[in-house]
Amino acid sequence: MGKTLAEKILSTKSGTDARAGGMVVVPVDLVFVQDSTGPLTLRQLAELGIDTLKQPQRTVLFIDHSAPSPARELSNDHVFMRQFSRQKGGILSDVGEGVCHQRVAESWANPVEVIVGSDSHTTTAGAVGAFATGMGSTDIAVAIALGKTWFRVPETIRVKVNGHLHNGVYGKDLILHVIGAIGADGATYKSLEFGGEAIDKLGMSDRLTIANMAVEAGAKVGLFPSDKVTEEYLKLQGRPERYLPLGPDGDATYERTVEIDGELLEPTVSKPHTVDNTALARELKGVHIDQVFLGTCTNGRIEDFRIAARILKGRRAHAGTRLIVAPASQRTYLQMIEAGYMTTLVEAGGTVVPPGCAACLGVHQGVLGDGEACLSTANRNFKGRMGNPNAFVYLASPATAAATAITGEITDPREFL
Amino acid sequence: MLTGKVFKFGDNISTDLIVPGRLLHLRSNLPELAKHVLEDADATFAQRVKKGDFVVGGDNFGLGSSREHAPLVIKMAGVSAVLAKSFARIFFRNAINIGLPVLVCETDSFDDGDQLEIDLSAGTVRDLTNGAKLTFSPIPDIMLRILNEGGLVPYIQKHKDLVIPKGL
Repeated sequence: MGKTLAEKILSTKSGTDARAGGMVVVPVDLVFVQDSTGPLTLRQLAELGIDTLKQPQRTVLFIDHSAPSPARELSNDHVFMRQFSRQKGGILSDVGEGVCHQRVAESWANPVEVIVGSDSHTTTAGAVGAFATGMGSTDIAVAIALGKTWFRVPETIRVKVNGHLHNGVYGKDLILHVIGAIGADGATYKSLEFGGEAIDKLGMSDRLTIANMAVEAGAKVGLFPSDKVTEEYLKLQGRPERYLPLGPDGDATYERTVEIDGELLEPTVSKPHTVDNTALARELKGVHIDQVFLGTCTNGRIEDFRIAARILKGRRAHAGTRLIVAPASQRTYLQMIEAGYMTTLVEAGGTVVPPGCAACLGVHQGVLGDGEACLSTANRNFKGRMGNPNAFVYLASPATAAATAITGEITDPREFL
Repeated sequence: MLTGKVFKFGDNISTDLIVPGRLLHLRSNLPELAKHVLEDADATFAQRVKKGDFVVGGDNFGLGSSREHAPLVIKMAGVSAVLAKSFARIFFRNAINIGLPVLVCETDSFDDGDQLEIDLSAGTVRDLTNGAKLTFSPIPDIMLRILNEGGLVPYIQKHKDLVIPKGL
């Protein structure tokens, strides 16, 4: 009997015949923390009484969630993480280097690996065919100390996308549509495995966006096959030797298959206050937006800013709408400068903030006021998410975000393409 | 046997409602953070909750971030168990890892303020206010072992390794 992507990776890593419902202990190829969950992880590590890192060169400490620090308590958390890295080991990715998930994709993630991080959006690396998932601080402390973790092998929901996506429709629209269709708990505990003609044609940037948001349907992992697109991506990141082809078996057992006609998809938006509360962008025409936020681990890559810059070139953000721009990494920042997108976005009225999570989680760099609405390219719109429970967050693609910045109200980007 | 009062919440209680990002600066000061537990879902919960009480949710309790601070501050507030129709995966595993019982059962019959009695080993919940008696879904074997030893840290300390007994 054939295997799903999750079963294949966990079989390889555990050296057993891993099947949905079974238990495995697997070595982790990469373990990481970030500054909002890292200090607790490091304290749990001390609590365990284990003072050495199993794999210091495969352990990364990211300072990205409040970088640079807006408060002395957070500065002290950062001091703690830097001291730990110096004294005990672990690679430090400090202020300005970027969001953990983007950095992991750029520098570490490979097909048929197990990656765990103390951040729910660790699923992002599923785009390159890694079994990557978020865990809490104690599980991550154990993975740092022992170099392994346990999993129940998840059942798999296959998302098969036929045809192709039309101009103006992106990976973000596809994943928002999927979450809207199956619900915010539609894939809880499960592996979401993407495939089909439209997925084969999708570039790595879109795949990363989709895998990033798999957790918003409750999924443990969001997995893509490792194919020509993966091979090309790894070559661009400077590690072509890490490419391994990976696909599900034709006779793999799926819990169910969600089939989507890619050609019917339109620009999609999640409305406050849950990600599965979706509508088409054109249905929300007239909804005023006070702030547009372009960036994050979901949509802060060079490809995202290219899309936004094309729409905003020679235009200006609406007088009543602030435009905040946050590159997901330092590499992205430099690429934006080189490509001229920085100039375009600043000329359009954008405010550029440092590479990192920025306004996404409500700590700094774009906290909303009472009654304000933000259209964000991030992954979460829960009540209180952007620092104020009396504010409203809409989620959409960079194209929808750029079009909305121009008009000041939610706008279908196809009006500008 | 656990006994306490029900604090009833709805579906989709996110980790942002339990410990919002705007309080990120308090994450290394857990006693202070715990004063704000569930504040954006119920502003007076932290003042009213007593040792032993229960947080009762609907579907998909704990969705969102991997922040272990969410179950931690619920436990620190004195809550002895969280009951919900379903839990988000990371919250569920985190709660077990820090020794907070999380029980999956039908919760529609429990009203805010009801007195509950929970028998963890028998798997039963009795609503002493309205007489209803329910069973909760068994906690997966490995997680029950971790919970019974007080959480993942004591479990690892005891076994000196990540030991998953064969046959689970």
